Amino acid sequence: MIDAVVIPILKILIVLNAVLVAVTFMVLLERKVIAWVQVRLGPMRVGPYGVLQPIADVVKLMTKEDITPVKADRWVFTLAPLIALIPALVIFAVIPFGPVVSLFGRQVSLYITDLNVGLLYIVSVASIGVYGIILAGWSSNSKYPLLASLRASAQLISYEVAVTMGLVSMIVTAGTLSMVGIIQAQYNQGVWYAFIQPVAFFIYFVGGLAETNRAPFDMPEAEQELTGGFHTEYSGMRFALFFLAEYANMIVVSTVATTLFMGGWLRPFPNVAALSFLDFVPAWIWFLLKTFVFLYVFLWVRATLPRYRYDQLMRLGWKVLIPLGIANVVVTGALKVLL
Amino acid sequence: MAASFTFYVLAALILLFGVAVVTAKNTVHSVLYLIGDFLAVALLYASMNSLFVAAIQVLVYAGGIVVLYLFVVMLVNLKRPPEEHQDPNRRGTLGGLMVAAVMGELVVIATYNVVRPAPAANAPTPVGFVEPLAMALYADYLIPFEVASMLLLVAMVGAIILARREL
Repeated sequence: MIDAVVIPILKILIVLNAVLVAVTFMVLLERKVIAWVQVRLGPMRVGPYGVLQPIADVVKLMTKEDITPVKADRWVFTLAPLIALIPALVIFAVIPFGPVVSLFGRQVSLYITDLNVGLLYIVSVASIGVYGIILAGWSSNSKYPLLASLRASAQLISYEVAVTMGLVSMIVTAGTLSMVGIIQAQYNQGVWYAFIQPVAFFIYFVGGLAETNRAPFDMPEAEQELTGGFHTEYSGMRFALFFLAEYANMIVVSTVATTLFMGGWLRPFPNVAALSFLDFVPAWIWFLLKTFVFLYVFLWVRATLPRYRYDQLMRLGWKVLIPLGIANVVVTGALKVLL
Repeated sequence: MAASFTFYVLAALILLFGVAVVTAKNTVHSVLYLIGDFLAVALLYASMNSLFVAAIQVLVYAGGIVVLYLFVVMLVNLKRPPEEHQDPNRRGTLGGLMVAAVMGELVVIATYNVVRPAPAANAPTPVGFVEPLAMALYADYLIPFEVASMLLLVAMVGAIILARREL
């Protein structure tokens, strides 16, 4: 009873809350990092060094007026932010934050579940998220959001192909689809897959930037061209849901990249016994540290690189990343058979 | 007990969504109901322990094909009410006859199952898992599988030719 019901529910509650809190502080971190890159201070007013800024932001968003345009399709307009957010949260069900540990005399796994088809589950659930953007743009009944949502969905569909190709060659290397199994395979082979699959890693990360609509691929919310993007007509909490979805997706991409390419919860050089003193850091801390590195790179890229033009974006997706991904699958398969 | 309860709830959902798809006035709403329908079907597969098929159902149908539907529907943007563009070539009686035939067939199958129940299935094999499915598709039934993919290619070429009269 306790193992089957209570512990899973507790785990789900903890993960959901942790993700939502992490998202609010990601916003602060983003403002701070971009400010430092531009030699500014960033938010400083609320709390020491502005650390309480996220709470002020949340209060502001929740007390704002929630507007629905008269000509909007009310039903779809309300549904769209939820469709954008829920898939991003549901993916965390298969993210392995740590191995099985004993907690209060009980064996507890630090992941909600380990599916036989974990990676496929992530890809398929993530593919639902695009509806949030398409429907938000359409239901607003306004031309800028519609244009932005068309751009966004074309971009997401194109980069999904490339990312999936990168993942396929990774799966061929690991020989399993289960997220825990992939970490185990990296332990057995004694190497992070970022080193034997660098091309797949590159495709995954660039595709991840594009799929989360982050700079330099933030076409769908190009403020200068689209007065904001697919969420132009949204306000208050419903706008905040899109924001949550974007940052939750960034965390998803980072955790998945950590699991697939950086050895997940494993410490650096897990097979070198001489480094076993590193084990005093718990496995889940390693996982969070690696995830944090990816999240920081997201912000760093945004602060450094200018935005791509739309045709350049499409050319990069279809003419560079997809052929590269297919070639990588072919080479990986051939090597797997030959070696 | 719990399994059959899940099945009936999901089956009811699938039917409700299906009816909603054909009765919705707004085409975008119909596409939305279609997504709901596909997700319910995926849940049905998952409840039968076929996780791979469930994931593929979501990835290919709910996440892939319906996005294209939505594109077409949004861009075409049918503003006319449904009464105004009734198809003059509509064959109501023929459709009714075909529905009656399918219904009759279902009734025959149902009664046949009651009269002569199928032998109880063996211990359930995990068909939905990746390895057995891959072995079946790419080793045991490779040729039928490839023939089926040729058939799909032919259908696609045919659709393009039909859509563009002069090539």
